[in-house]
Amino acid sequence: MVLFLAKRTVGLLATLLAVSVVVFLVMNVLPGDPVLVILGIDSTPDAQAALREQLGLNAPLADRYVSWIAGVVQGDFGTSHSFGVPVAGLIAERLPLTLALALSATLLTVILALALGVLAGSNHRKPGDWGVMTLSQLGIAIPAFWLSMLLVLLFAVKLRWLPPGGFPGWGDPAAAARALVLPTVALALVQAAVLARVTRSSMLEVLRLDFTRTALATGLSRGRVLWRHVLPNALVPVVTIVGMQFANVVTGTIVIENVFYLPGLGRLIFQAISNRDLLTVQALVLLFAAIVVTANFVVDILYVLIDPRLRGRLA
Amino acid sequence: MTARRTLPVSLAIGGALVALMTAAALLSLVWTPHPFAAIDVANRFQGPSADHWLGTDQLGRDLVSQLMAGARTSVAIAFVAVVLGGSIGTALGLFASAVGGIVEDAVMRLADFSFAFPALLFAIMLAAVFGPSLTNAIVAIAFINIPVFARVSRAAANQVWTREFTLASQVAGRGGFAITVDHILPNIAAPVIVQATIEFAVAILAEAALSYLGLGVQPPAASWGRMLSEAQTLLYLAPQLAIYPGLCIVAAVLGFNLLGDGLRDITDPRLSRRP
Amino acid sequence: MNSSTAIAGSLLGALLLTAFPAWSKTAIVIGMQQEPTTLDPTSDATASIDGMLTHNVFEALTSVTEQGEVVPSLARSWTVSDDGLTYTFDLEQGVTFHDGTSFDAADVKFSFDRAMGADSVNPSKSIFEPIASVTVVDPATVELKLSRPDAFLLFNLAQGDASIVAPESVELAKTAPIGTGPFRYDSWTRGDRLTLARYPEHRNAADVQLEKVTFQFIADPAAASAALLSETLDAYPGFPAPEMMAQFEADDRFAVEIGSTEGEVIMAMNNAKAPFDDVRVRRAISHALDRTAIIDGAMYGQATPIGSFYPPHGKAYVDLTGMYPHDVARAKELLAEAGVAAGTVMTLRVPPFPYATRSAEIIQAQLAAAGLDVKVENVEWGFWLEEIYKNLNYDMTIIAHTSPNDMGNFARGKSYFYGYDNPEFTALWDQIKTEADPEKRDALLKQGQEFLASEAVHGFLFQLPKLGVVRKELSGFWKSSPVLFQPLAQVKWNG
Repeated sequence: MVLFLAKRTVGLLATLLAVSVVVFLVMNVLPGDPVLVILGIDSTPDAQAALREQLGLNAPLADRYVSWIAGVVQGDFGTSHSFGVPVAGLIAERLPLTLALALSATLLTVILALALGVLAGSNHRKPGDWGVMTLSQLGIAIPAFWLSMLLVLLFAVKLRWLPPGGFPGWGDPAAAARALVLPTVALALVQAAVLARVTRSSMLEVLRLDFTRTALATGLSRGRVLWRHVLPNALVPVVTIVGMQFANVVTGTIVIENVFYLPGLGRLIFQAISNRDLLTVQALVLLFAAIVVTANFVVDILYVLIDPRLRGRLA
Repeated sequence: MTARRTLPVSLAIGGALVALMTAAALLSLVWTPHPFAAIDVANRFQGPSADHWLGTDQLGRDLVSQLMAGARTSVAIAFVAVVLGGSIGTALGLFASAVGGIVEDAVMRLADFSFAFPALLFAIMLAAVFGPSLTNAIVAIAFINIPVFARVSRAAANQVWTREFTLASQVAGRGGFAITVDHILPNIAAPVIVQATIEFAVAILAEAALSYLGLGVQPPAASWGRMLSEAQTLLYLAPQLAIYPGLCIVAAVLGFNLLGDGLRDITDPRLSRRP
Repeated sequence: MNSSTAIAGSLLGALLLTAFPAWSKTAIVIGMQQEPTTLDPTSDATASIDGMLTHNVFEALTSVTEQGEVVPSLARSWTVSDDGLTYTFDLEQGVTFHDGTSFDAADVKFSFDRAMGADSVNPSKSIFEPIASVTVVDPATVELKLSRPDAFLLFNLAQGDASIVAPESVELAKTAPIGTGPFRYDSWTRGDRLTLARYPEHRNAADVQLEKVTFQFIADPAAASAALLSETLDAYPGFPAPEMMAQFEADDRFAVEIGSTEGEVIMAMNNAKAPFDDVRVRRAISHALDRTAIIDGAMYGQATPIGSFYPPHGKAYVDLTGMYPHDVARAKELLAEAGVAAGTVMTLRVPPFPYATRSAEIIQAQLAAAGLDVKVENVEWGFWLEEIYKNLNYDMTIIAHTSPNDMGNFARGKSYFYGYDNPEFTALWDQIKTEADPEKRDALLKQGQEFLASEAVHGFLFQLPKLGVVRKELSGFWKSSPVLFQPLAQVKWNG
């Protein structure tokens, strides 16, 4: 187990290092000069040269990479070219929104998926099952950004219940929560469609196992068997999928935040790419990759912990 | 477990949707109700009529014609990207499986790595480097397909390598390449084709997302994703413009997903797990 | 169920009423489309910095009225020597910066030296180019020596790029700016809002009615529209979506004002590159363009066509829109004459601004009618700056030039992205920029417009409109924008 953990940790770090090299290279060979973006098209060449020097863009590429990554290792992400404030501060300011969105969407995903999955699994080959499966096929086929537009159309444009976009800040928690309802739903429905299928098939598998039949044979009520015996055992694959879906949801915020104009990390990364705000983009891509990789890592470990058969094989 | 020979429902529905979409795409090459890019500002935002079956958009273009031309874009991009990414990925997977050892490890680590890099970010950066275009959309989508196919084909190939007939060939002194071509490839065709069908759906979604973000095909070529992004700013004025292209995307994605499921049921009853 | 919803609704209504007591009439919430990344107008070209801060938080020696006339600001008055080379400014006294430090001639010298210096990163450094020296005569007098007469100096000194900053506080300019204006910077929640508060020590503070100004960043037109309709916003002076104006016009809570800006929208052609180096081709394209259809299609009719490179609200404006009437046959004829075959492929690389992307689709169709196969490429802003602006790697593009007095762009030579170099025009522009007499200058400006139109340097499309949606009770908002800023000192709630 220790060896397994060590191997996975090394792999994780290697992946992040590779991501850092790729994003650094891509950002620094991108056409588009951060200096021009800041100073605009009427600026003079000597003002541009002065700013380029100030931003430290004249040093050789390799030197810049080394000094950047050395800073990152010590927790210093540098100062954003376009915002003029530390990148770490920019991220810290926007992280709560993205995190709140990702967590609430994941939570909603799990609730919806378990409810629908259990409904389908326990009504196998009945209308309930058929309905859930149809819904989930549809859910998987809907692009999240279109779903967002439909939600805006219905709840913001027609009914005017919820704001169509924007974020009022955390000062007014009720308004903040209202602003997050539609984005959360848009993110969660698609993921829930996937997870409901997993839950259902996992349920069906457990239902076929001997202990379920035994439990039913001993006269326990069907509902009790479902909730006390079948569901806990069916959760193993579900948990692992949830881990991966959390990663999906986090990257999904990139699009959703742009659709709803939410000032989170996803919107920041778009803005930073078009502003050629090199250090901010590099830090954010690294952060997103770290979340994805870590989620996979946690899933792997959960897998081993939950499923003793695997633990034996890895030892 | 006896294999049922009846045609799965999903296969029928999926096949029908895919056939419909492909037919619309092909038909648009020779005929659309109106020239799809013809602008007629005076007749913008029209409702459905005998002349314009679904009405017109913000520049007075015929919606049915736009949707048909959009189907063409979707099918073309998805097809080229999946074939391209699928061939490279499958080749990599087969190679990894045939060589084994460190090479296999390396290829799979590379696949892991590309999963860690959000595909969307990759596409955005690609567009920033080369400018948005049809080609770049295809490259970006093909790229995200490579690791998927590499994994599927390697897993399937590893199984075939343990079968008697491959072992026999090995004993007979045949090389890895020859065995791969003669035995492995034909035996992994089924899972790869099933995967390709499903990846078609993914590719259509990806193309729509890229075009929605302005990184896909450029006007006057039509695209469902771009139609949606243009419709978004007009939600108050002409909500209907946001409906039809989305329905088309859903129908196409649903079609390929169902077709994939159905094909899997037929080709590999063990995978379908229908107790 | 219905009754319970009704009860919940009335409860909510009661809550809202108590949470927002009677209108205090001294606060205003203004919608902004673009959020800047820093707040220093002297080191960043983002227009919204000027839109929020210039002449509100920062002041300059001069200011400009809605009509484009230069008026005193930190300089109470000034004199200009007969040769037009020496400007002496008499400064306001007793002025303080928002941190309490006092303002005097040394601050002016500091600000200008900083903008002119070798390590200056001022986005409009060129406006200081004619200035040879800045001298502090006494704390209330400052003298500028010019190396050549400059017709636009007083106008240029009113811009945000020439804001007066203090050496004590300039370091804060990017994140917590300190100026001398009627409002002081209060707070900035990135991604959401920026607030200003009235500065009670300002010399005109008694005339300023607003106590608190909130700029809320709402880029999405649908969200902006919802915020106005729900009365979260009181004004949106630069509304981004012309197609939505109709709903506000129909709503009697709002006054809709469609004014002009300094933004000339052009379909630029790369004059350095064949076939656009041939004036017949450029004229053919001008004939192929139908401005009315472009304005109808892209701007929903809300823009004024232009025939050259000068704003229609300007004093020296000549209407040249009739020079190349929409005439496809003539366009084809000219193209044939110039040896451009039907079906020639050209690219139109478009930056990500709605006026540009929307115009592009229509222009593509119009040029197709004249036999040109135009490929539209929507590109990102960073890409545009690099490839089109810096490397001149393009055939045609669409862009708005939002600076005032920018006809000099055509005298910037082959390396500027127009790729246009005409000694005759350069000589004319040299005359314009050094002509001190306003009437003579206007006559020269007219000549300039005619010259550029007859050369058909670009496809001149329309003047970018300023679409303002403002609550009826508000007064003092500018209808038109001759500059990038919008002074709020005179904005008031009435009734």
